[in-house]
Amino acid sequence: MTGNTNLHEEPSYLIDTGKRKGIMAWLTTTDHKRIGLLYLWSIMVFFIVGGILGETMRTELFKPGQQFYGPQTYNAIFTLHGLIMIFLIVIPGLSVVFGNFVMPIMIGANDVAFPRLNLFAWYLYILGAAVVVISQFTGNGPPDTGWTFYAPYSTQTHTNVIAAVSGAFILGFSSILTGINFIVTIHRLRTPGMGFFKMPLLPWAIYATAWIQVLATPVIGITLLMIIAERMFHIGFFDPALGGDPVLYQHLFWIYSHPAVYIMILPAMGVITEIIPTFCQKQIYGYKAIAISSLAIAGVGYFVWGHHMFTSGMSKEAIWTFSLLTFLVAVPSAIKVFNWVATMYKGSIDLKPPLLYAIAFIFLFSIGGLTGLIQGALATDIQVHDTSFVVAHFHYIIFGGVGFAFLGAIHYWYPKMFGRMYNIRVANVAWGFLFIGFNLLYFPQFIIGIEGMPRRYFDYLPQFTWAQQISTIGGYILGIGFIILIVNLFRKNGAKATSNPWGGKTFEWQLPSPPPMENFATPPAVPDNPYDYD
Amino acid sequence: MYGASNFVEGVDWVFKLLFGISFFFLLLITATMIYFVVRYNRKRHPKAIQVKDSTALEITWITIPIIIVLFLFYYGYAAFQPMIWVPKNAMQVKVIARMWQYSFEYAGSKVANVLVLPLNNPVKLNLHSEDVIHGFSIPAFRVKEDVVPGKNNYMWFTPQKLGEYEIFCTAYCGVRHSYMGTKVRVVTPREFFTWLKALKVASPEPEGLVILKKNACIGCHSLDGSRLVSVTFKGLYGKTETVTTNGNERKVKVDDEYITSSIYEPDKDVVVGFSKGVMKSYKGIIKDDEIKKIIEYLKTLK
Repeated sequence: MTGNTNLHEEPSYLIDTGKRKGIMAWLTTTDHKRIGLLYLWSIMVFFIVGGILGETMRTELFKPGQQFYGPQTYNAIFTLHGLIMIFLIVIPGLSVVFGNFVMPIMIGANDVAFPRLNLFAWYLYILGAAVVVISQFTGNGPPDTGWTFYAPYSTQTHTNVIAAVSGAFILGFSSILTGINFIVTIHRLRTPGMGFFKMPLLPWAIYATAWIQVLATPVIGITLLMIIAERMFHIGFFDPALGGDPVLYQHLFWIYSHPAVYIMILPAMGVITEIIPTFCQKQIYGYKAIAISSLAIAGVGYFVWGHHMFTSGMSKEAIWTFSLLTFLVAVPSAIKVFNWVATMYKGSIDLKPPLLYAIAFIFLFSIGGLTGLIQGALATDIQVHDTSFVVAHFHYIIFGGVGFAFLGAIHYWYPKMFGRMYNIRVANVAWGFLFIGFNLLYFPQFIIGIEGMPRRYFDYLPQFTWAQQISTIGGYILGIGFIILIVNLFRKNGAKATSNPWGGKTFEWQLPSPPPMENFATPPAVPDNPYDYD
Repeated sequence: MYGASNFVEGVDWVFKLLFGISFFFLLLITATMIYFVVRYNRKRHPKAIQVKDSTALEITWITIPIIIVLFLFYYGYAAFQPMIWVPKNAMQVKVIARMWQYSFEYAGSKVANVLVLPLNNPVKLNLHSEDVIHGFSIPAFRVKEDVVPGKNNYMWFTPQKLGEYEIFCTAYCGVRHSYMGTKVRVVTPREFFTWLKALKVASPEPEGLVILKKNACIGCHSLDGSRLVSVTFKGLYGKTETVTTNGNERKVKVDDEYITSSIYEPDKDVVVGFSKGVMKSYKGIIKDDEIKKIIEYLKTLK
């Protein structure tokens, strides 16, 4: 804290200034920006693995019958694909990467509240991931339960369920610690003068997310331990043969795993809320409505888990209650969509890659949300439950929503993170491939889902072939899009980035690109309105 | 024009309503975004005009979605509700689900592998699982319910059209999940009674077969000579197989000793052409006297 030091003379956070150099400096860092990047690299590696697994499934499903691997392998692969994508990528996802990298800067802090705990959470994440990887190569073969571990199948199958479940358990702890860290950071480290309603909206979204992480994650931890207890000691919780109840498992699982969907999507919404004002040069429309709708989603989102279980034989009272609450949780999401679109009105719109991703997000997330209504409505849910309609729906939310928001976020903060620009034209081309490939891949699954094509099927009836083939081709186009995107971001020949290439108003754009290790030499002045474009 | 079941019309109406509303909103949002991007493009509109929040507008777009979703909830519930209340005159059929096959038990313990039903007669299916959760789905009838072990789940409907329709298992249940399908055949009442009369009463199964079914052996080892995940039981006893033991191939005659060791240590001698690590050890699960009964049964599978 040296007072009036000129910020631009401080070395960037990417340069090692401490005792340790190179990789050791990164593995022992407590800087929130570096930890954000550690997560970014790990998530990228896992995403490539999960994506390749997905492409092999699409190839296997190109024709009915067996192409190049059998049903047991297929079941293990969709299980691992789900485990990786859910637990290693989208649940931590935007929150750990951008929550770490920009959230503290946005509230004018120099780091998170507990920097060492932050690093410890990353190590837990890596440990959990390692245990999931080990589960694939040890015991009686890779787990084949699906990422949902439904009992009593998961308590009976001879595959290596215990290791995979332990991995998910450890990852849960990482998530809880990050949540606590962010809650305390936002409560205690906002720069003097920044009230809650003067905060930018990404920190708001991260805040709502963190509460879900802290309150909901312990439930899945306990549930996973119950599976282990049932498998190892034959304590009957879920298996009726041991006196348990299989539907109890589903309740416990979804009490966490439905709010987990909001852990994924809320930070994505936060990112979109940052991108749109910058590229429209407009104040966000309905600041308070967006901030409070995040809390509303987090709150109501706890009470809708039963909509995953309309065919499980729950009481009819439970069924209609969960249906009603599910419809209500759609409202705050709709409010956000209206406010984003309204922000574009009379703006000065610059259609750069981050905004392209934001617009794609709104389109794909709307399709995901609206098809969610079909599953919220009881009569129609019975028809589409456990079909490829559901697969399409949650990929529209998680990939079209969270995934596209993640890519938008990378293209938005990339110059800040690395201090240089990427090729805009190539980025646009990659976006085109991803957008077209994505829709070709998942949209046909809605149609055959309504016709009855069940999910998690290794083989299918010939009448579904046309859609499966379009999906597979879409999957390859999507893959090409990712290759272009990654190559573009890794080419190190971009121009040096200025401190504020997009004309953003939040604090990170007042720091040099890349920012110095110690973000702010003096606390930044807090504007009344974080998106003041007047 | 009737649907294939009494629920088709109601459910499809809700589908159309939801698709109509969804399409309207998607089009509205997308068209507005595209219009703004073109109309307010920076080239054409270099300076943004700041707009103040309007409370009236916020309240409007909070209230309208609430009203719409309440209506949608109601219509979804209204078309679902009749699925719960079973008419008293419904014919009862017990659906038995096990890895990875459905069978249907009619009155008088008559068992079939295809669900045959008389036209225009309400039917109640009592769903019974012998192992894990399965999902009983007849898409053409718009019905689906999980078959949960230990629970008395059910479904009912009235078939309204002659024909044959697919039955799927929709709840993931293991290696042959995607093959756990069969058909429902809707016939005239006269044909139905002729068919039912000819249907055999399920004879008490040999004890060995009961044990094989209980432990889900026949999910991977077929009884009819077809190749599933592993070798078929048909004609297995007394046959000479080539197996891999510790990496070396050798010939072995399938006798009492080999069968016992295959159940207790499945990975010790693996028949060439099949994989290790697929089957778990049944040590402590299948007892010695049960193995004897299995062997007696296998001897009959010529």
